[in-house]
Amino acid sequence: MRLHEYQAKRILDRHGVPVPAGEVATSVAEVQQIAERIARRVVLKAQVLTGGRGLAGGIQLAHDPQEAGRLARRMFGMQIAGLSANKLLVDQAVDVDREFYLGISLDRGLALPVIVASSRGGIDIAQVTRDTPQHVYRVPIDPLVGLRAYQVRALAEDIGLEREQVSDFCSIALGLYRAFMDTDAILVEANPLVVRPDGGFCCLNSKIVLDDNALFRHPDLVDLRDESQDILPERIARRHGITYVRLGGHVGCLFTGAGLAMASIDRLRDLGVRPANFVDVGKGATAEKVRQGLLLARNNSIQVVLVNAFCSVASCDEIARGIVDGCADLERDMTLVVRLDGPGHKAGWDLLDPHVTGSKRPRIVRAASSREVVARTVEVVQETEEASVR
Amino acid sequence: MSILVNGHTRLMVHGVDTTEGIVYVDRMLEAGTTVVAAVAVGQGGTWHAGVPVFETVREAIHATDANAALVCVRPPQVAEAILETADAGIELIVCATSHVPVRDMIEVNAYLSGQDTRLVGPGSPGVFSPGSCLVGAFPPHVLSAGTIGVLSRSGSMAYEVTWLLTQAGLGQSTVMGIGDGLIVATGFADALALFEDDPATEQVVLLGEIGGPEEEIAAAYIRDHMTKPVVALVVGHTAPPGRRMGHQGAIVQGYSGQARMKVEALSKAGVRIAETLDDIPALLRKG
Repeated sequence: MRLHEYQAKRILDRHGVPVPAGEVATSVAEVQQIAERIARRVVLKAQVLTGGRGLAGGIQLAHDPQEAGRLARRMFGMQIAGLSANKLLVDQAVDVDREFYLGISLDRGLALPVIVASSRGGIDIAQVTRDTPQHVYRVPIDPLVGLRAYQVRALAEDIGLEREQVSDFCSIALGLYRAFMDTDAILVEANPLVVRPDGGFCCLNSKIVLDDNALFRHPDLVDLRDESQDILPERIARRHGITYVRLGGHVGCLFTGAGLAMASIDRLRDLGVRPANFVDVGKGATAEKVRQGLLLARNNSIQVVLVNAFCSVASCDEIARGIVDGCADLERDMTLVVRLDGPGHKAGWDLLDPHVTGSKRPRIVRAASSREVVARTVEVVQETEEASVR
Repeated sequence: MSILVNGHTRLMVHGVDTTEGIVYVDRMLEAGTTVVAAVAVGQGGTWHAGVPVFETVREAIHATDANAALVCVRPPQVAEAILETADAGIELIVCATSHVPVRDMIEVNAYLSGQDTRLVGPGSPGVFSPGSCLVGAFPPHVLSAGTIGVLSRSGSMAYEVTWLLTQAGLGQSTVMGIGDGLIVATGFADALALFEDDPATEQVVLLGEIGGPEEEIAAAYIRDHMTKPVVALVVGHTAPPGRRMGHQGAIVQGYSGQARMKVEALSKAGVRIAETLDDIPALLRKG
């Protein structure tokens, strides 16, 4: 779960990391009031959960509260990467001498947190790492002893800080690490972390990504979720513990395991058919979860749904029950192409049979393998397209 | 022979107090796995399907000589179950539970480093040596004993490929799921080293996916140490970047974790690359 910039900055502020004076606003009047209160010059920042806000016009400098109001009128509701800016962060504008990157992330290979610092601040660290890896410094952290000041002092030297800046830098780095651990984050970034002309540090932008699997420990952080930044099927899927990814094509795709799911959508694409979505109910799904998954995979205007279920924990009759229940809510002229294998597959197919050999609708086309379920889906899609041309 | 689990494995199961845990035990008993004990706090002294349930791991080992453990408790309890089992001296722990908090796994891994306990997972479908021992949940009809080692981040893909191998007459020494998490304790490279040392394994199938550095680390190991042929498939090349594709770990972040780069690294290390699941048996036969 990714946090908004204003939420991330509040967390950093609580952990002793200096951030600009600022407040979040939901109306033009509020923007003006905040601007009048905190500073003559303010930066307005659209709160959307995506990168590239600056290029899209989502970050603007206002020289006085009137200009802030004018800019805010244009910025509220603007769309950036399909997401709507419903909130603006109004930050005091800060003069900048130097820009750095400082972040705590996860080194998946080492299975440890790492602190990452660079003298190339303000740009995407992945890009810096690719283009100029010599300017990126990384130190793994042993979680049992935590980040230590000596490690940060070495980093400070690496990125070329002055000796009198090191102590402040240490307290910022240790604050970031505490925020990372306290919130069960998988990423905490201060980017750019700037040095002002007076020598003090300030974190001008922050990104925090929380570990979804640890949210049960943080009811206060769950409340920070901004559902306006998700499309409706994502919200429904989350409620049922289902993975939903929109892919924009024409065939709904339902799976009971992510690996085979990815293999299947790769194959569909390679054969020229674009999946509409990727719906994974996971290994131990109940019939109700499968039913919900099927309804998510359907979307409007979808004619064909591919189901590839190779089960181990869930039994096939449970999966089949979910499919049959879901069919009751589907359009009669749709086609499901189903592969079902694993424990209880005979009982499962018996349940589906009225849709396969009988007259129950929507019809189900039976497939015996991953290869076949994809191949039959491609055939059915072609038939459907030909029929619609006629 | 096989890796990690065999006819001498005496298994203890954490999590018979969950619906999923009960399914695991029942499936394993059907498959003939020697499940000697279960551990469930508050349920010591009871029985499940003929398996005695204990309050503590220490008690379970004392009473049954268990020498391996399967963890399928709920995510918040996983770290506790693993640490208790490791402290009691069990040398193989397979964690089937998915969605374990990352911080818990980081701490567990750090604690276990330098100890003798090997942890597989989290989010592992299990470790299966056909004909001698199945730890985890696997559709049993797809397995057959033989000389192919199978490694996978995904359960479903392991089932499919194992079934394709069995239908092609290619039996398996061991099929192992390394887990679906952002962090896994035993990576592809560690598991490849076990297969390299296992006299019963002649070739290895590696089933990778987008996200993280596992395949690249495996490629470096294969290039430098592996003498046995490896065939690999990496799935997810059509997945949109920045989106988690079902598995916690299956996510392309920035430039890292792309399928193309993984395939390139494996290919450079001499691994034969399968384009689709169905290509795999034929690529093995040539070896």
